[in-house]
Amino acid sequence: MEVFFYIAAVIAIISTIMAISGRNAIHSLLFLILSLLAISVVFYLLDAPFIAALEVIIYAGAIMVLFIFVTMMLNIGLEEKQEKSWINPRMWIIPSILASILLVDLLLALKNMPTVVVGKQVILPKQVGISLFSTYLLAVEIAAILLMAGVIGAYHLGSQKKKVLHRFLEKK
Amino acid sequence: MEYIFIILGVLLIPLSIAAGLIWVERRLLSFWQDRLGPNRVGPFGLFQVIADTVKLFFKEDWIPPFSDKPVFVMAPGIVMITMLLTFSVIPFGPGFYVLDSNIGILFFLGNSSLGVYSIVLGGWASNNKYSLIGAMRASAQMLTYEVFMGLSLMGVVMLADSFSFYSIVQAQKNGWFIFPQFIGFLVFFIAALAETHRLPFDIPEAEGELVAGYHSEYSGMKFGMFFVGEYLGVTLMSAIITTLFFGGWLGPSFLPPVFWFLFKTFILICVFILLRASLPRPRYDQLMEFGWKILLPLALLNLLITGAILIFIK
Repeated sequence: MEVFFYIAAVIAIISTIMAISGRNAIHSLLFLILSLLAISVVFYLLDAPFIAALEVIIYAGAIMVLFIFVTMMLNIGLEEKQEKSWINPRMWIIPSILASILLVDLLLALKNMPTVVVGKQVILPKQVGISLFSTYLLAVEIAAILLMAGVIGAYHLGSQKKKVLHRFLEKK
Repeated sequence: MEYIFIILGVLLIPLSIAAGLIWVERRLLSFWQDRLGPNRVGPFGLFQVIADTVKLFFKEDWIPPFSDKPVFVMAPGIVMITMLLTFSVIPFGPGFYVLDSNIGILFFLGNSSLGVYSIVLGGWASNNKYSLIGAMRASAQMLTYEVFMGLSLMGVVMLADSFSFYSIVQAQKNGWFIFPQFIGFLVFFIAALAETHRLPFDIPEAEGELVAGYHSEYSGMKFGMFFVGEYLGVTLMSAIITTLFFGGWLGPSFLPPVFWFLFKTFILICVFILLRASLPRPRYDQLMEFGWKILLPLALLNLLITGAILIFIK
């Protein structure tokens, strides 16, 4: 099982790097979807099948479709050459040195931490549901209110005044 | 060894049904429209499918030079992969399944939401304005109908107390779920039509206005993949409706359970074809309005009432 974990993890890392370094917007989004699928496999291997399924349904299946929808609508991809001149390889040097120092730091810190074995038992959807609606009920409700605010905002932005005149007769 | 046969069966039965459906649909459509349909090749025109397949294989497989080549080649495969993968969680009969997953329904929902990419990417990679419009319509339509496709199934999940297709069939021993979940069935059926973009809801391809929409640039077997993918989708949705609402393989015991499963699935496929023969295509905004303003509240109401009744009983 550990082999599968490392395969999925390596795919996730590589595809995320491809997603942020690519110049074609749609190709980057495809790599991001691949990365989300790989993370879903990781969740499944950690015995959390419910979260793995939600990762695919919500992130890879719904949110990324919206991203692609918007990208298609704006027809991004024409500015490729412009972006090419904006990003040159030398810009990567200092951030990557700093980031790798942080990574080494984190790995050293993690090494001294006590290890916890995860995935001792499979967590079924029912258990997730029970803990969501008992222990974390308040968080669920707050998230619901936040979404409601989004819905109301979208309704306000999308609502149109009732048209009395034909559009040719309206005053501009 | 037996396992290999089951996997081969689960892989090949849907594929051959989907290919055969092309003939079935053309014959049934012509029957309902009072004409003969394809009846020349072989007995009753049965070999028409083989002739069509041979034709598709020998056609020039043209990749447009202005297209995004890797995405263009990849897109038709996605729909086949996601549809065939979903068949692995559907029980064809007791003991005749590949995988009895405890997240079966979620697996199906995840795969069907990944299937959208096939159409969206196919339309985008074609780099053609009609394909792009088709792809945009497809993504909006399928995203909308996915929302309450999932919600309409939750009533069944509550009644069966499980996400696994196998347990859901077994929970229907005392009565099919279509009776307590009739609203859920209606919503799911309409969502399934939109998800497979079959004729009343085929606005992503709409021949009359979009010259076949997302697949106008495709030819040869790549087009064939989209074509078979659509029929696979019809087979898959019929099989899932059978499993969730019509008791799956359950039936009188004088015939084997697999027969009952295939029989019910076939009848549902015929209903899909009948709808194609009889309904006109709605406009795009009508489709979206119908989804968000009627079907979504219906699905939520169904969920609420089912939950309330279940809590009251227990």
